[in-house]
Amino acid sequence: MSTVAKLPKNVTDTNVREFGSSFDVERVRADFPILQQKARGHKLVYLDNAATSQKPKAVIDAIVRYYERDNANIHRGVHYLSERATEEYETARKVVQSFLNAEHASEIIFVRSATEAINLVAQTYGRVHVGPGDEVLITAMEHHSNIVPWQLLCDEKSAKLRIAPINDKGELLLDEFEKLLGPRTKIVSLGHVSNALGTIAPLAKIIDIAHAKNIPVVVDGAQAAPRLPVDVQELDCDFYAFSGHKAYGPTGIGVLYGKLALLEEMPPYQGGGDMISSVTFEKTIYNKVPHKFEAGTPDMSGAVGLRAAIEYLNRLGIERISKYEHDLLIYATETVSEIPGVRLIGTAKEKAGVLSFVMEGVHPHDVGTILDQEGIAIRTGHHCAQPVMERFGVDATARASFGLYNTKEEIDALVRGIQKVREVFA
Amino acid sequence: MADLRDLYQEVILEHSKAPRNFRELRSADHKAEGYNPLCGDRFTVYVQMQGDSIQDIGFQGSGCAISKASASMMTQSLKGKTRSEADELFSRFHKVVTGQIANGNKAELGKLAVFSGVSEFPTRVKCATLAWHTLQAALEGKQDAVSTE
Repeated sequence: MSTVAKLPKNVTDTNVREFGSSFDVERVRADFPILQQKARGHKLVYLDNAATSQKPKAVIDAIVRYYERDNANIHRGVHYLSERATEEYETARKVVQSFLNAEHASEIIFVRSATEAINLVAQTYGRVHVGPGDEVLITAMEHHSNIVPWQLLCDEKSAKLRIAPINDKGELLLDEFEKLLGPRTKIVSLGHVSNALGTIAPLAKIIDIAHAKNIPVVVDGAQAAPRLPVDVQELDCDFYAFSGHKAYGPTGIGVLYGKLALLEEMPPYQGGGDMISSVTFEKTIYNKVPHKFEAGTPDMSGAVGLRAAIEYLNRLGIERISKYEHDLLIYATETVSEIPGVRLIGTAKEKAGVLSFVMEGVHPHDVGTILDQEGIAIRTGHHCAQPVMERFGVDATARASFGLYNTKEEIDALVRGIQKVREVFA
Repeated sequence: MADLRDLYQEVILEHSKAPRNFRELRSADHKAEGYNPLCGDRFTVYVQMQGDSIQDIGFQGSGCAISKASASMMTQSLKGKTRSEADELFSRFHKVVTGQIANGNKAELGKLAVFSGVSEFPTRVKCATLAWHTLQAALEGKQDAVSTE
């Protein structure tokens, strides 16, 4: 194994150009130790990237290095290591800031995951601004993580959760969305890229429409962050959430971006150490943002790992990754949809990363087991998006989702696997 | 390495395509819903008892080949059985699909022995046992849907 290619540490523009105008996927694959193995006697074909992505050696090394060299608790020690750990953690914040093109580093809050980020917004901004009879507007293609936090809030506040419908391709109906934006709408929350359908939401238009009515927009970027360039200032979204582990970083770390003015007026999320300026039993004064939202010792090694992941994405170039994955998706869409008895679920014009399908006469779970025997990892089930399944009248789908290390050969293997499913169930 | 043909035996495929007793039982005095959130399998099992015996049994719903075939073959093997015989059969079936019974002792299972291949596919055990868990819930008169999670 261990034929892991080392990328130069300080990559300049020249080095990036040397990487080639075409995406050198074999060189990229060599950066991922986990891909260098067999699964059930076959070459491992990992097509479950929308669930979690694999980690490049650079990320694994960064975490090891942090624990071998820098680990100490941050923000409170006067000693050498604490200073260094704090520096590592706050540098990671700046790297995320520039990844999202946020105006201020203090607009980046480290959380556990995109899920926690959305819960944070619901439980702080939401609890202040949503009252009885008010409405929260989401779409019909949200992940459970962008449904349930709002249901909890709406239940508590006697508010209403409204759902903007989609068409049969899995595209948001903008007219209907606009009609649902009423005087009682206090928050709009939607996914940037649908995990079940792959649809890219028309964010710019949605944010324009919502802002025209002074309604803030929360974006669940869990699927988008590793696949599309994200510029929160250009988007002008109010909150943006993503998870590290879907973006080639470690599990346990996620990010909430929020506009500074909003974050400053929001109450804290959890209480504890680090989120305070001073505590007496009579009164506690909260720390300034972002620390106000980061109670307790944070996931420092996670932040360091996430930084390494983002730097890795930056070295490859997120635009180039995006283009490469788009080509893969087009190729997969063409080849898979040609197989008799296969129906794609989610055929929006603007899509990224995800190919969901069902097969006539075969349950997705059986598709998954048969592909698994060929070393091909896909996800089967409802993808934590049960309302989407209901919308398309299916119990479940089989979902292949692509990452920057996938190849056309792997899609050919997927197609052969699906043919095999047809043979078994012939 | 596990062989796909051990899992997807002809009998199983045949039952999954043409399940037996696949109907709502209007005369049922026991029924329960079973749900496997992992893959979205969802079945309702209907039972009509006569004294302590299962006089009639049916099921409806949707699911993967393994869960559907298992439900179908379960209904076939339980007609006329008493509750304790049904419990005993499930207990043996469970041991076979989880690999706790050696190949030699499968004979007592009769036709249900075709599910022994499931033991090589641990993620599919829940599919094979869903209908059985649902049956137990129906006989115990549980109100909530049974979930495999």
